[in-house]
Amino acid sequence: MDFDDTPEEAAFRAEARAWIQANAPTHLEAELKRAGFASSGIDSEDPMAASKAWQKRKAEAGWACLNWPKEYGGGARTPIERVIWGQEEGIYGSLSSPFIIGHGMCGPTVMAWASEDHKRRLLPPLASGEEIWCQLFSEPAGGSDLAGLRTSAVKADDGSGDWIINGQKIWTSGAQHSQWGLLITRTNPDAPKHKGLTMFFLSMSTPGVEVRPIKQANGQSGFNEVYFTDVRIPDDQRLGAVGQGWEVSLTTLMNERLSIGSGMSTGFPELFDFCLQAEVDGRPAVDDASVRSRLAQFAVKQSGLKYTGMRAITALSKGETPGPENSIGKLVAGATMQELAMFALDIQGQSGAIQDESSPMNARFQQMLLRSPATRIEGGSDEILRNIIGERVLGLPGDIRVDKDVAFRDIPTSGRK
Amino acid sequence: MNLDFSDDQKQLQDQIRRFLSEKCTPAVVRSGLEGGEPFARDLYRGLAEMGVLGVAIPEAYGGVGLSHLELCLAAEELGRALAPVPVASSIYLAAEFLLQAGTEAQKKAWLPRLASGESIGTFAFVEGQGRMTPDKVAAAVRDGRLSGAKSPVPDGDIADLAVVAARSGAGRGEQAISLFLVDLNGPGVTRETLASIDPTRSQARLAFEGAPAERLGGEGEGWAIASQVMDRAAILMAFEQVGGADRALSMARDYALDRMAFGRQIGSFQAIKHMLADMYVSATLARSNCYYGAWALASGSSELPVAAATARVSATQAFQHCAKNNIQVHGGMGFTWAFDCHLFYRRSNALALALGSLSTWEDLLISRLQGANTQAA
Ligand SMILES: Cc1cc2nc3c(=O)[nH]c(=O)nc-3n(C[C@H](O)[C@H](O)[C@H](O)COP(=O)(O)OP(=O)(O)OC[C@H]3O[C@@H](n4cnc5c(N)ncnc54)[C@H](O)[C@@H]3O)c2cc1C
Ligand SMILES: Cc1cc2nc3c(=O)[nH]c(=O)nc-3n(C[C@H](O)[C@H](O)[C@H](O)COP(=O)(O)OP(=O)(O)OC[C@H]3O[C@@H](n4cnc5c(N)ncnc54)[C@H](O)[C@@H]3O)c2cc1C
Repeated sequence: MDFDDTPEEAAFRAEARAWIQANAPTHLEAELKRAGFASSGIDSEDPMAASKAWQKRKAEAGWACLNWPKEYGGGARTPIERVIWGQEEGIYGSLSSPFIIGHGMCGPTVMAWASEDHKRRLLPPLASGEEIWCQLFSEPAGGSDLAGLRTSAVKADDGSGDWIINGQKIWTSGAQHSQWGLLITRTNPDAPKHKGLTMFFLSMSTPGVEVRPIKQANGQSGFNEVYFTDVRIPDDQRLGAVGQGWEVSLTTLMNERLSIGSGMSTGFPELFDFCLQAEVDGRPAVDDASVRSRLAQFAVKQSGLKYTGMRAITALSKGETPGPENSIGKLVAGATMQELAMFALDIQGQSGAIQDESSPMNARFQQMLLRSPATRIEGGSDEILRNIIGERVLGLPGDIRVDKDVAFRDIPTSGRK
Repeated sequence: MNLDFSDDQKQLQDQIRRFLSEKCTPAVVRSGLEGGEPFARDLYRGLAEMGVLGVAIPEAYGGVGLSHLELCLAAEELGRALAPVPVASSIYLAAEFLLQAGTEAQKKAWLPRLASGESIGTFAFVEGQGRMTPDKVAAAVRDGRLSGAKSPVPDGDIADLAVVAARSGAGRGEQAISLFLVDLNGPGVTRETLASIDPTRSQARLAFEGAPAERLGGEGEGWAIASQVMDRAAILMAFEQVGGADRALSMARDYALDRMAFGRQIGSFQAIKHMLADMYVSATLARSNCYYGAWALASGSSELPVAAATARVSATQAFQHCAKNNIQVHGGMGFTWAFDCHLFYRRSNALALALGSLSTWEDLLISRLQGANTQAA
């Protein structure tokens, strides 16, 4: 049991550190450091341009998508090396946020299912950040129940083999910046819901694709609605067989889990700093007994997540595959962050309601309060994660389903009679 | 980086688990509850023979000379099995006090007997209600004789040796406190068994009237040594708690699979499924924090005080959470004497108080994080 690097790991760390010191955009360090929550913090230049510049530089030197093969723009490194890289990259890692969905989910799906030609065309510019991808999965009718999606793909009747897409996606993060999308559709409404799905990729500039930003509850516009009106996709942009879309989507979702060790933040270190500075009744907040008790509660969650991540990395380094037990990361981090934000505002008293330049720590806790509800929904809601732990880790029976083995078109669509 | 136990260590753990599942039967666990012996003497002897008691005690003092990592895993199994034996008092505490602060002669005199199970040790610290502070220590030693009373003392009714925190010398505050070894079978000692929420581990009141006492560690250093040793014990205790939490979770899971209501397994109701998922989450977080503690304990890291408080707070909550919900999942059956659910519930709440309450450890954790913060700055 130790936290030490092996000699090879230490050598890799030294190499990564040296390269980062020589190449990172250090002129952005101060801005990145005082970034609030859910914002890049960069206002001296275009944040997207800054992200793309750093990604490109990394790709040119072989530090992008470390675990991908070299021929697809990656670094051909081990999972542990990827973790070490993340530790060394530190705050500059936050510049990668526009690429997370592409690198973490779309890329691995393309790698597993696309033709060799497509992989060589699509993956290197994805790795280098020159092209951004989005995930066109959720729909108004199906988020948790992804297989309930209704966007249709029908063979064109002109003999071209092309597919014609009609329908609507929703909550698509980053669609407004994306060149490419990973799109799941329904090709057979007469089959049971999981059997009639087919996966494609498409250029977001294909005629008939319309992206409309949605204003989020916190005032930002990270996600979008995407409408498809008679959008034509060539058959060679299909991933997997017709009707195999559900299986293909599982590759995407499984890869979410592989991005473990990135260590989801709960906001505890910032809260602790804040409690050392802030005053309650003329004394540092941290001296207050009730504050100490709450802080301890948050501290053990933060540390529990940190060491759970390290245990997962240990397993990964022994060649084990990360399993559904890794669902606990987001489940704990999301709920903790939300409670923690409320608590930080409580310490601020009535002024906690104010969100402006006067708010402590660049209003980070106000931002956290308003963003954290989304963490508990996106990428699998708290309830879905509890189902996964209950069923896949503890082996409890699945829900009794009323929508299995029924033709998709016969499943009811509204709860109101 | 490697945050896991070795294959050899896991094999030893398996061996201990098998031994306990055979010898630590429900009847053995319940003996104290049903008014039988206050602890399972044969089981304790068996653990000694297997080398469990002496696993982290050096060979020179009659131990096996492995590390505290092995002792952590043994603790997890003792917790899982609800073993009604005084390992915490005698090994995590008394032996650890001797190892940390004993003279060569003291170690030679007592450690072999603790490792072989021939003698049982304990730590006599608390006096009355509330959080222990130096001011509350009234027991005092004058001219090598101890007077005063300690209550509650875990396993005080069965122990042969007590490490006693008492007032002596001219120091003030923490510096007024020193530690003493007292032979509980010697003169000037009276014991009284106390009724408790968890009769599977006994508690007693010890009264001393001029009992011969030999100092352990330096004069006025008692408080500091005790806090060091209690940190070490807290990590071992946290492993017991995680073992108990795990077992309560698996009982609840098994029952949720067996029990039918409304024509289906109750584990298919999300109210139950999500409750079990949350139990899994708290047990997993606690386990990970315990591994951090094990690393700190075995490596002698300066992070040990933070790691100990972290493991302790996390494991206390996980065991309480899993044990109370285990009863809930069992419905009316969970509230019967015959089902074992209440044994876990009792143990989880007793362990939550042993070594100091949850709020005490929360407070310690924050003090230590503050300390680490000033050091880093
Ligand atoms: C900020 C943000 C970004 C997102 N980005 C993307 C993206 O880039 N691409 C994309 O495809 N999607 C994206 N999503 C969509 C996200 O995946 C869905 O919102 C999520 O899966 C929940 O689906 P829903 O919104 O339809 O809610 P619903 O599925 O309608 O859920 C409503 C409530 O019912 C509960 N519920 C549903 N089913 C069950 C069940 N079986 N058991 C118990 N409870 C249940 C849910 O937990 C939830 O509380 C994003 C969402 C957010 C908030
Ligand atoms: C102290 C005590 C006194 C009692 N006195 C009486 C009495 O005088 N007369 C009498 O007739 N009975 C009495 N009872 C019985 C009591 O009403 C039942 O124990 C209770 O209804 C639960 O039923 P059960 O024990 O069969 O548990 P189960 O029904 O087997 O429940 C086990 C678990 O599954 C959960 N569960 C069950 N169904 C569902 C569902 N549909 N959705 C979600 N969760 C579910 C339960 O909440 C519980 O957590 C008493 C019980 C106790 C503990």
